[in-house]
Amino acid sequence: MSQHAHDRQTHAGEPEGRRHFLTKLLAVVCGGLAVVPPLVAGVWAFLSPLSRRGAGAKFLPITELSAIPDDGVPRQFAVIADRVDAWTGFAAEPVGAVYLRREKGSQQVEALSATCPHAGCFVEMEAGGKCFRCPCHNSEFTLDGGIVAPSPSPRPMDALECRVAKNGEVEVMFQKFRAGIAGKVAQQ
Amino acid sequence: MSTHARPGRSGETAPKRGLLGQLGDFLDDRTGFRAVMHEALYERVPGGARWRYVWGSTLVFAFMTQLITGLFLWASYSASAQTAWESVYYIQHEMTGGWLLRGIHHFMAQAMVVLLALHLLQVVIDGAYRAPREVNFWLGLVLMMLVLGMALTGYLLPWDQKGYWATIVATNLAGIIPGIGPSIQQLVIGGNEYGHHTLTRFFALHAGFLPGALIAMLVVHLALFRKHGLHAKQPITKPDAMFWPDQVLKDAVAMLAVMAVVLGVILVPAIKAMLAGQAIDTGHLGAELGAPADPSLPYAAARPEWYFLFLFQFLKVFEGWGATGEFLGAIVVPGLIMGVMFLMPIIGRWNLGHRFNVAFTLGVLGGAGLLTALALNEDYYALWVDKASLAEAQKLYDETDGDEAKLAAALGNDPAKIAAMKKQFHTLEKVRHSQAFLDASKQAKVDAARAIELAGRPEKIPPAGMLELVRSDPKSQGPILFAQHCASCHAHVDPASDTPMDRQLASDTPMDRQLSAAALAKSSAANLFEFGKASWMRGLLDPKQVAGPAYFGNTAHKEGDMVNFVQNDLTDAETWKPDDIEAVIVAMAAEAGLADTAAAKATIEKGRALIADGDRCGSCHRFGDNKTELGSAPDLVGWGSREWLVGIITDPTHERFYGDSNDRMPSFGKADEGAAPMLTRQQIDLIADWLRGEWYRPAAAAH
Repeated sequence: MSQHAHDRQTHAGEPEGRRHFLTKLLAVVCGGLAVVPPLVAGVWAFLSPLSRRGAGAKFLPITELSAIPDDGVPRQFAVIADRVDAWTGFAAEPVGAVYLRREKGSQQVEALSATCPHAGCFVEMEAGGKCFRCPCHNSEFTLDGGIVAPSPSPRPMDALECRVAKNGEVEVMFQKFRAGIAGKVAQQ
Repeated sequence: MSTHARPGRSGETAPKRGLLGQLGDFLDDRTGFRAVMHEALYERVPGGARWRYVWGSTLVFAFMTQLITGLFLWASYSASAQTAWESVYYIQHEMTGGWLLRGIHHFMAQAMVVLLALHLLQVVIDGAYRAPREVNFWLGLVLMMLVLGMALTGYLLPWDQKGYWATIVATNLAGIIPGIGPSIQQLVIGGNEYGHHTLTRFFALHAGFLPGALIAMLVVHLALFRKHGLHAKQPITKPDAMFWPDQVLKDAVAMLAVMAVVLGVILVPAIKAMLAGQAIDTGHLGAELGAPADPSLPYAAARPEWYFLFLFQFLKVFEGWGATGEFLGAIVVPGLIMGVMFLMPIIGRWNLGHRFNVAFTLGVLGGAGLLTALALNEDYYALWVDKASLAEAQKLYDETDGDEAKLAAALGNDPAKIAAMKKQFHTLEKVRHSQAFLDASKQAKVDAARAIELAGRPEKIPPAGMLELVRSDPKSQGPILFAQHCASCHAHVDPASDTPMDRQLASDTPMDRQLSAAALAKSSAANLFEFGKASWMRGLLDPKQVAGPAYFGNTAHKEGDMVNFVQNDLTDAETWKPDDIEAVIVAMAAEAGLADTAAAKATIEKGRALIADGDRCGSCHRFGDNKTELGSAPDLVGWGSREWLVGIITDPTHERFYGDSNDRMPSFGKADEGAAPMLTRQQIDLIADWLRGEWYRPAAAAH
């Protein structure tokens, strides 16, 4: 007789009364209830990042207007801001980079995020200064951030809001956008 | 062959099985899970299910709970000296549900120790260690040590004061093992100093090595348990039953009860608060988090977790034996006890041996219980002793200063009286020890609350860690520095009410008491409570107070020009109208930057003019632009400001302050060439900020 069949037989031979059913039900309910609190507490805490909000976008001073040559070639600038990482607060720390560019004689500044809209790598200027290229998947962008087809990137480089204060200080609305999608959607 | 037809397989005539049944068949054919389940559930329980068999299952359940909560805690914990406290703070106070997660882990660990004791007791009393179950008994003892090891290592991980100091004691005890001790200690703490690697190693032990070993041993423990079957308590009076569902139900109910107790411990304070209509701060529910570990601060409240308290107390038995005593108490005797336990299966072969085993186990547990009670009594003695009955002894003790001859004389050389009094002195000594512990515990609570308050600042914790923030906090450091460097002369007491110095917290910590109570009477320099504020200046310009203990009364300036001026000139209502004096007071507080916001600008201006006036204050003091030469009296420009306070603490002999007529105050920030000053600039800043009451206050409390 196979082990299997033997099991079934013993099983079949056991009393299956109403009391037995209640006992089983109670055992499962009590045992189940006992493990609920650790699981609930664990998952509750594990999901805690979902309720965390990002720093939010705001204008940050980047540099002086005079520091951006008016030759139409983008220059890379560090973004300095206060940053909170879980429990640690960092004061005035480099938090990212932007490219700033100015046309000949213009007082207007264009700002591009250095984050590739494809997968979030750091987009670099190509050595000759003729275009942008992302080192990860070779997405290529024109100097004004336009997409050069064919490209892995679903959209052009993300332009950032930029303004020049009266004292010549260039301020950029520094924010991050969701990567990998065609639309430019700000991260929460 | 099977007589049981397989539904769904043997043709169209068989009754149709549900989807679940079919899925079960599919899986069973490929995994054989039903046989395994059957093997697991249908274990024969001789004599039927009994409550006394639940302890092993509750232990497995407790361990599973620790595994689940531990893994989730792991997802948020960071093991380094600069992030451990910080990440635990974040779990406890900022993450949703973190307090519950940590609370369950913390209290289930304690429940586990209790369950271990019960399981061991049941096994020994039932004689379940006897052949053929010896190996399983030994495995159980190893499992017990692994659990205790996890309890010990887990205590350190939050890197707070109590875990830190308790671990120092525990690792130092390991270090006294002859020969290999120091090496063991160095390996455990990851070097010579407690720090990053102590934490990484303890964490690896706590969450890796020990539970890994425990799981491996537990598998064998359970397999052997099934192999030999359940050891039934004799005599068997009821029919046998199956493990499932009768014993499982009892086990499940016991598990639920254990969890209910753990949840109860966590939630009872919340329920109490709710019933009292108070707001519930979930961060303060569950496991405690002390102030961050600080090797530079004494911590008299250091105690191991309660289940190790008996060992802590046991060491006191060997007091006076030096390192030998500690070696005996911490290593040899516990080792011998474990040795006897390992021999129990062999000792138990004889009937008398079994009785010995039961008596021994009860004796060890009872002894541990007694030692725990003794330890608790020593620590909390001051709470339940009748202090009134000791008042006379205290008085006599203070008078005789503990001198035997004086005591004998005071009691008329009556040997009986002397002996009785000595007994009382002994009780007094116990009260003092206990009070020191209680005070330290209270102080620890205040420090922890402040650290948690600081960690919640909008700027968060600096990258260097919480300790840096605590050490640069005037509110926590000011009283410590003041007590160490200033309180030998200066008081810091609210003269109006004699309440503790910090009315913000309204606490009554030992530090407070040191700075208040009798401090004013004993002080020999000005009371600096609210220095810089109008209230302080009002006292100085009060003829009744200026020569009192709160101002110049106990100093070399007791009969100086200022006292003379306040007592003789200011009392002349012709030249100094009450309004004028009040204007001066308000203007001085404004100079310190601590004026009441309601102070009228005009009053301040009037006061400023009076102070600068060359015929009034300005005849001695420089103020405003009166160009009075420095040297005759302290410069009142910026009086009471941070800069001014830092200046006078740094060097009161500077011509801006007391110059040559400085009484006894040391120049804390100035030193002879080659020597370091008594206080660093940062320490002086902290004292100045604390005196001025300038420290971080949470926004909610400011309202």
